[in-house]
Amino acid sequence: MAKVSSFRNMVLCLFLICFVCSGLLAVVNALTQEPIAAVNLAKTNQSIAAVLPAFDNEPSQDQFDVMVGSDAIAVYPASLQGNLVGYAIKTFSNKGFGGRITLMVGFLPDGTIYNTSVVSHGETPGLGDKMDASKSNFSEQFKGVHPANFRLAVKKDGGDIDAITASTITSRAFADALKRAYEAYQLIEKTNEEEL
Amino acid sequence: MGKLKMITRGIIQENPTFVLILGMCPTLGTTISAINGMGMGLATTFVLILSNMVVSLIAGWIPSKVRIPSYIVVIASLVTILQLLMQVFVPSLYETLGLFIPLIVVNCIVLGRAEAFANRNTVLNSACDGIGTGLGFTLSLTVLGLVREVLGSGSAFGWKFLEGDGILAFVLAPGAFIALGYLMVLYNKFVKSKIQ
Repeated sequence: MAKVSSFRNMVLCLFLICFVCSGLLAVVNALTQEPIAAVNLAKTNQSIAAVLPAFDNEPSQDQFDVMVGSDAIAVYPASLQGNLVGYAIKTFSNKGFGGRITLMVGFLPDGTIYNTSVVSHGETPGLGDKMDASKSNFSEQFKGVHPANFRLAVKKDGGDIDAITASTITSRAFADALKRAYEAYQLIEKTNEEEL
Repeated sequence: MGKLKMITRGIIQENPTFVLILGMCPTLGTTISAINGMGMGLATTFVLILSNMVVSLIAGWIPSKVRIPSYIVVIASLVTILQLLMQVFVPSLYETLGLFIPLIVVNCIVLGRAEAFANRNTVLNSACDGIGTGLGFTLSLTVLGLVREVLGSGSAFGWKFLEGDGILAFVLAPGAFIALGYLMVLYNKFVKSKIQ
């Protein structure tokens, strides 16, 4: 800091620092890009495996999008020896207490929910985060139900879902996400029927 | 001043959380559990050591009028590198800490040490100061996280010793303020009074 600040040395100094730093960031970014993508892919595969019965294909390679309203919903079809065993649908809801909730929902070919898992959320620890299967048995109630005869709304709103105590907003958001997933499933079914 | 004393000074006499009361945003926001507090502390320590070293290295030829922008560019680059590395090596911790990692850029401790210590000391001394301050921050966050985890969710470092929920307030924001306040009282009573 001994130097006197002049216009020339200030510009030069900031230019050099920004130049070196951006170069360094470019190198680190290039090095970590692939590992980060691999980590994210592994995470997606893990949540797909958690919500569907055994399969032997690579659902993340056959992934396609379904438009529900104006949102693209990712669908991962899983099959065992060429036979479809179900769809993993990555759905979301913006009605969470702490912003967006992302869920992976597994549907059997007939539309029955096989299992659900939470991909990411910003809910309150100790309250809303009980929707995570590792924290409470809230998500157990969706195993094996068919949305056609199970109303996807909390009991307070006239549905069939037992809400998490003191977390009605989170439970509503969960229901909202499931509804969106079911809509995506119905759209897939409709396209399949049209193709037949 | 010896190197060892430089390190212990950051942990005890000038503890960033209990004495300097700096960096309160991550302190209150991430200490839901002991592991989260420790992760946040170590992430900050990483940035602090490297930023202290880089700043003390380049401080000699930076014109004083542009020193703050220069330090911020250095710190921001280091935080971005940390962010990329965490996504590869500790993706789950990265997800829980979320926004608080990029916010290390504006952490008063990091800029404070650069401005108050690193720019007028040697690289080695600055590194020691970074280690000390970082460890002090890590220890405080771990202790605060542990207190909140024990009272709020009946577990310690993820090991659950109490069935069911704890005192929910300690998981939420008010509990952070209450626990921090009492820890400060205890610190002043038993530690600070002894060293003076």
